[in-house]
Amino acid sequence: MNDMTPVTTTLKDWETDQEVRWCPGCGDYAILKAVQRTMPQIGGDPANTVFISGIGCSSRFPYYMETYGFHTIHGRAPAVATGVKLANPDLDVWIITGDGDGLSIGGNHMMHLVRRNLDCQIMLFNNEIYGLTKGQYSPTSREGTTTPSTPFGSVDHPAEPCSFALGSGARFIARGFDVSKDLPDVLKAAHAHKGAAFIEIFQNCIVYNKDVFGEFTEKKNAATGQLWLNDGEPMLFDGGTKGLALNNDTLKLEVVDVADGDWQGAGVRVHDVKNRMMAQMLVEMPFGPFPKALGVLYDDPRETFESAVVEQMAEAAKGKTPNLQKLVSKGQTWTVTDPGPDL
Amino acid sequence: MATALKDQDNVASAERVVVRFAGDSGDGMQLTGGQFTLSSAMAGNDFATFPDFPAEIRAPQGTLFGVSAFQINFGSTAIDTAGDRPDVLVAMNPAALKTNVGSLREGGLIIADTGEFGKRNLDKAKYEVNPLEDGSLAPYDLLAFDISALTLEAVKPFGLGNKEALRCKNMWTLGLALWMFDRDRQPIVDWLNAKFAKKPDIAEANIAALNAGHAYGETAEISGPLKQHHVDPAPASPGLYRTVNGAEAVALGLVAGAQLAGLPMFFGGYPITPASAILHHLSRLKEFGVTTFQAEDEIAAICSAIGASYAGQLGVTSSSGPGIALKGEAMGLAIMTELPLVIVNSQRGGPSTGLPTKTEQSDLYQAVFGRNGDAPMPVVAARSPVDVFDCAIEAVRLAVQYMTPVMLLTDGYIANAAEPWKVPDMDDYKPFEVQFLEDVPEGGYLPYARDRKLARPWVKPGTPGLMHRIGGIEKAAGTGHIDYSPENHAQMTGIRAAKVMGVQDSIPDQDVTLGEPGGKLALVGWGSTYGPIHQAVRRMRRDGHDVSHIHLRHIWPMPANLGDLLKSYDKVIVPEMNTGQLKTLLRDQYLIDAQPLTKVTGQPFTIAELELAIQGAS
Ligand SMILES: Cc1ncc(C[n+]2csc(CCOP(=O)(O)OP(=O)(O)O)c2C)c(N)n1
Ligand code: SF4
Ligand SMILES: [Mg+2]
Repeated sequence: MNDMTPVTTTLKDWETDQEVRWCPGCGDYAILKAVQRTMPQIGGDPANTVFISGIGCSSRFPYYMETYGFHTIHGRAPAVATGVKLANPDLDVWIITGDGDGLSIGGNHMMHLVRRNLDCQIMLFNNEIYGLTKGQYSPTSREGTTTPSTPFGSVDHPAEPCSFALGSGARFIARGFDVSKDLPDVLKAAHAHKGAAFIEIFQNCIVYNKDVFGEFTEKKNAATGQLWLNDGEPMLFDGGTKGLALNNDTLKLEVVDVADGDWQGAGVRVHDVKNRMMAQMLVEMPFGPFPKALGVLYDDPRETFESAVVEQMAEAAKGKTPNLQKLVSKGQTWTVTDPGPDL
Repeated sequence: MATALKDQDNVASAERVVVRFAGDSGDGMQLTGGQFTLSSAMAGNDFATFPDFPAEIRAPQGTLFGVSAFQINFGSTAIDTAGDRPDVLVAMNPAALKTNVGSLREGGLIIADTGEFGKRNLDKAKYEVNPLEDGSLAPYDLLAFDISALTLEAVKPFGLGNKEALRCKNMWTLGLALWMFDRDRQPIVDWLNAKFAKKPDIAEANIAALNAGHAYGETAEISGPLKQHHVDPAPASPGLYRTVNGAEAVALGLVAGAQLAGLPMFFGGYPITPASAILHHLSRLKEFGVTTFQAEDEIAAICSAIGASYAGQLGVTSSSGPGIALKGEAMGLAIMTELPLVIVNSQRGGPSTGLPTKTEQSDLYQAVFGRNGDAPMPVVAARSPVDVFDCAIEAVRLAVQYMTPVMLLTDGYIANAAEPWKVPDMDDYKPFEVQFLEDVPEGGYLPYARDRKLARPWVKPGTPGLMHRIGGIEKAAGTGHIDYSPENHAQMTGIRAAKVMGVQDSIPDQDVTLGEPGGKLALVGWGSTYGPIHQAVRRMRRDGHDVSHIHLRHIWPMPANLGDLLKSYDKVIVPEMNTGQLKTLLRDQYLIDAQPLTKVTGQPFTIAELELAIQGAS
């Protein structure tokens, strides 16, 4: 988020004249609409907004936003974004990346951007697959995923994106999914956070990894599969009949039944977005025994990278006038007055 | 040198002298050399230096690979190289003697510290008998005495521990050298006081050692080789002078370039020898609107610089070979998105990690061709520490005027070597202020519209009404929309090449550095081989040889007249510290029979090597 003056726009103002070229039914369409719907709600200014992406299906995104946009190279969007934001901290910077782009080839940049806390929104489209290169497994693919490059199933353990971000020092972690009606609210919260806001968006690649998130995204599974978190509210799901409690002996989360709405009685905890330990537990809950934690999991701002850089520059430059002639004349000098012989 | 060191007068005068200080990495030879350089500058001598240090930070004491040396050539006439063969070798231990005595000229003077020539150190240097005693140094003059003991004696009043006291040895030696060359001690005293402002006893001890070394020369009853020499000031045009090394000159040139362009500068870097010093220099210049960013790797360094250029600053990144290799893909992005960017390559020996602390010019192919796709980029190469200042300004100018990344080549030798520099008058430099596009032009805005230089407009994000998208995918001419069509790609490839070739219109014709257009033989060089080539050609011309020196600054594109110029010589030789890269380029561009003269030892050419080549060819 940057401190900008709100501008009045409509969804249409954020659409480009470019033909959108994702596969029909791809989850990316829904995410694009959610973003275009969010921008007027946050008072965004198209001229002051920059979408920066790497390479992948997801990274085509900037072409479809009527803003400034930079489709860079595979994995490097965080690095480009760092230069953009340091050069002009007033810009509202959004990074679009994929599970391969952001966690495989670009994992290093992602870690450092999050660690430095550059003020921007990072939307990681997690489809647990390399879409653009036609379906190889990715760092988030579950063990045993069968793809052209893993015909006998993948054998390596997947990365957990939010856990990776937290481990890198993230101060904002959220989750949503492509067709969720609540995605704009998640994006708004991310935008309101000053600093690096990491958003994992589960995205359905209907061609190469169809419906892998169906167990919690599909309507019929929503109640039991989704735990939407709201700051200051009890962590309830399944129509309020279940909740999360902390077992004081094992220091582990457990699902408890809630009878007659008495969540307090059942020991259900209240979500505190500033509780880092809890955020860690929420992102690592295994799906199945537990629901998928969604919404804003962690939000505890601290000083951003670009503001620290700007501040230090101002401090170091205080009282100094930039005089080029003086600069080149510095150091140990001597003056030649007599040109000497044979010039 | 014109006068033998053994002169009968009290103070002999010499035209030029080459001194090499060599010792253990912990002996402070680079500091000694640096301060001796400063005193040469103060004495008005022209000079060139060559710091030659090991790749290991703290190599085991006394070992052959732990030797650190600093060579300076100073004189009363123009000096272009650090000198082929030292006249004086200061050897602080057996290893330093062993690794350096081979290059000492016959009859040269060795000053050795006998205090370090014990059994242990002799063993480490693989000497079976003490060379100071076995007569093996007979071809030279030898002055061996116990510098260690003399230093300990001199600093005794300050109560330092043995180790700390011995650290002052280099200042003792410097004091002796200052006496030998009739130099003023005061600038060094001032420097020591400033350097150890917080530890006055250390400053005092070092000054005492310096004075003791000086007094030793003055009073010691040494008959034989030790004599005082005076080197007159070199003729120089009147004005203010300072010393500068290449790394600092790059930094200053980049800042100057950004100021002339009217832009704040963003520098993305990742530490690597010998490029790091540029980052260090720039990180102190915040008042000039310079943001420095130590990125997580070289890829992030260049990508952040590209991001900054996109946002309207001058993006700059710098590295040496291995890091430049990592930046390759991103350079292509800057070419495709047509954003200004300066990439500085301080070349070192390769491939891979290669010779990190030694010099080479083997990244020319990489600079001109080293990217995927047809990816042309202007390449500018500096010839000396002083020259790199103007080259950096030129690189910035090309980058912003042509909306293109530009590669600036220097090397390890230029980065570390110091020269006297007549401080430029910045009013002599013409500004080339950048005009951002801020309003929709008549007829509508096209992100890939072209001006006369074929450059596209530079629009800063944040500008109302000019939102657009760019990226590495092929762009449609004009609109900049994604366009893979065969005709468009052919057209855009042509435009990118023509734009870079068009740089020829704004660079001067190639001149003949020394000699005349046409004749029997031309030596064509680029980069830091300038000094030895120039001196060799000068001497051979004096001896009546028909030979000229041509030195390229613009490697790509090359000046428009270069082909005709080269064809006006019967023979063209290309001396390079690689296996013949410019030679290949010249053959390819002009179908001439350019002959390679190559050296890949990690050491600069000597003048003698080049003289030999000229002799052989004419
Ligand atoms: C340097 C480089 N290596 C490899 C590729 C090929 N490549 C393009 S996208 C991609 C993976 C994309 O996966 P992901 O980031 O998950 O994006 P998705 O397509 O799934 O949205 C790969 C390997 C490339 N473009 N550049
Ligand atoms: S391959 Fe998958 S991720 Fe890519 S556009 Fe098609 S459905 Fe979407
Ligand atoms: Mg993916």
